[in-house]
Amino acid sequence: MKHTISVLVENKFGVLARVAGLFSARGYNIASLAVSETLDPNTSYMTIVVEAKDELVLEQINKQLNKLIDVITVTDFTKKENIDRELVLAKIKYSPKDKPKIEAILDKFVGKIIAYKDDTAIIEAVGNQQQIKLLLEELNKFGIKELARTGKLVISS
Amino acid sequence: MKLTGSKILLECLKREGVEIVFGYPGGQMLPTFDALYDYKGFRFILTRHEQGAAHAADGYARATGKVGVCLATSGPGATNLVTGIANAFMDSIPIVAITGQVPTALIGNDAFQEADITGITRPITKHNYLVKEVKDLARIVREAFYIASTGRPGPVLIDLPKDVQVGETEFIWPEETKLRSYNPKYSGHPGQIKRAAKLIMEAKKPILYVGGGVILSGASLELLELAEKIGCPVTWTLMGIGGFPSTHKQSLGMLGMHGTAYANHSIMDADLIIALGARFDDRVTGRLDVFAPNARVIHVDIDPSSISKNVHVDVPIVGDLRQVLVELLQHIKCPPSISDWLKHVEALKRKYPLGYKDKNKILPQYVIQQIDELTKGEAIICTEVGQHQMWAAQWYNYLKPRTFISSGGLGTMGFGFPASIGAKLGRPEKIVFDIAGDGSIQMNIQELGTCVANKINVKVAILNNGYLGMVRQWQELFYKKRYSYTPISSPDFVKLAESYGAVGIRVTKKEEVRPAIEKAIKTDNTVFIDFHVEGEENVFPMVPAGEAINNIIGGLA
Repeated sequence: MKHTISVLVENKFGVLARVAGLFSARGYNIASLAVSETLDPNTSYMTIVVEAKDELVLEQINKQLNKLIDVITVTDFTKKENIDRELVLAKIKYSPKDKPKIEAILDKFVGKIIAYKDDTAIIEAVGNQQQIKLLLEELNKFGIKELARTGKLVISS
Repeated sequence: MKLTGSKILLECLKREGVEIVFGYPGGQMLPTFDALYDYKGFRFILTRHEQGAAHAADGYARATGKVGVCLATSGPGATNLVTGIANAFMDSIPIVAITGQVPTALIGNDAFQEADITGITRPITKHNYLVKEVKDLARIVREAFYIASTGRPGPVLIDLPKDVQVGETEFIWPEETKLRSYNPKYSGHPGQIKRAAKLIMEAKKPILYVGGGVILSGASLELLELAEKIGCPVTWTLMGIGGFPSTHKQSLGMLGMHGTAYANHSIMDADLIIALGARFDDRVTGRLDVFAPNARVIHVDIDPSSISKNVHVDVPIVGDLRQVLVELLQHIKCPPSISDWLKHVEALKRKYPLGYKDKNKILPQYVIQQIDELTKGEAIICTEVGQHQMWAAQWYNYLKPRTFISSGGLGTMGFGFPASIGAKLGRPEKIVFDIAGDGSIQMNIQELGTCVANKINVKVAILNNGYLGMVRQWQELFYKKRYSYTPISSPDFVKLAESYGAVGIRVTKKEEVRPAIEKAIKTDNTVFIDFHVEGEENVFPMVPAGEAINNIIGGLA
């Protein structure tokens, strides 16, 4: 099962390595990771998505995260009401005849074409994990050449 | 007044109350060693290897309860500290390790003697620092000591680039340390403490299971009071040795893989385990799914991540053990009725006594018993790791905390000898023994030089059986006696000691054992006693790895 954990940390060098190290030491792969400053430039907010087969191991990771000196708070969003979003940028194969079809897809999701170059178009879209998954399946019918994703962001609701 | 980074470091160490620093110089530490040249604020002990410095700082911390300090240069100096740091981390020992680093401008350039020591030690330190600007140094040293010694203690490393050592700044001593993200919790939850007291008063078969936390929090007196109030048996882990007097009538000795059979049977039969500053390590619980099946568990620990990590806990109490016990004692109004349980435990003690078959040869257990008698249980006993360590745990009657100094979690061969140096310097009034094997002592034997040069009077009892004995024992029992690379040769330990200027005694007959120990105690010098003990003696009782802890092999019964 996928878990989403948010960690508020001191904004210092080495903190990300400490946090990531707790996952890697247990052979856990981080599925996505988003890090940025909060309103207070001295702190950063990390949103980590991890696939955990063993709940006990995850509980242990949460406790270990809390033990890190530079970690201020840890929130496990798995059992907490929240809203999640991810931003994707996708470069797809494009010819003008496809434009209506692509726009029809993008209308269903919150997306738009933001640039054209040669035979490609760059698409920006925002959605929750399920929406992004469906969107990418649709777009892949045209051929996705490059893809960049922010990783999941969450906020409690 | 403006001071260099090196001078600020020394001044901070002095203000932290540091009495001794163990270390070794090197290129990237030259500015600090120059400042040390005529520095009088604390004693500096030059070891013969950086690993020795780290273990000596660790032994000093275990013997005194203060923070141990070690210092090494960059690169290989720093990496040589790594085993010592990991060792302190596993046993929650407060040390501050200071390493030199190449100048900040060269970091990441594969400079000569460069190693990313903060990266390397990240998973084996409680916290670590790379000091990038000299203005941060005083604050960082203050934080390092604060973090190392509070909460669940542990090692903290400070990496100090050469240009930071040379750089100058106004020295400002931070009067207090505050970290918003680090606030150890010392007082236990009052509701949980009441619940624990209720469980204790209602228990039919309670047992106290005590770990290193009792030593670290200084809770021995409170433990004694609690144990006598409840009247129940007390067992402990390797790290808990000395936390409760082993001669006390409620004592069951150590439990676990090489614990007493009666301690293991007792905890398996218990209906309430009162776990105090222990972490249900695999060497203690054996096979987890059948461990103490009928017991409810009260677990007091300062580290929330230790609770419910291995076994389910019914009443978790996060806090400082001593403070929690003071509270808990007030809530236990009347002792539980446990006379049947005590009879059962007594019967187990009679049925499965700790023992060995005496022979007209020198048995290692016998040697340790003689050391116990001749030091009246009042020496500080350090150990290396292996069979001799388990015998030292079983056959010496520890009476007080901080008298047994051993590598528990990491199991580091070569720990005991340098640790004994730290212990002796921290507690000079004590007789200090390192009980060693012929394998282990060869891992940090170079520290003989440190002992002699600094007139550090420690006694090393080598139980010389010609084998890496613990591994040989496993090969005998589980690998059809295929002694793969466990027979090991040794130098002439007597000549070796003498060549360093220490004293060597060889003991080949049983009747020579006591006189040799007596002579060693009287000698005002480092003494190596080379006891030629029975070669294939085994440590019993023993629980095979991964078995239930009442599945015991060997021993008298």
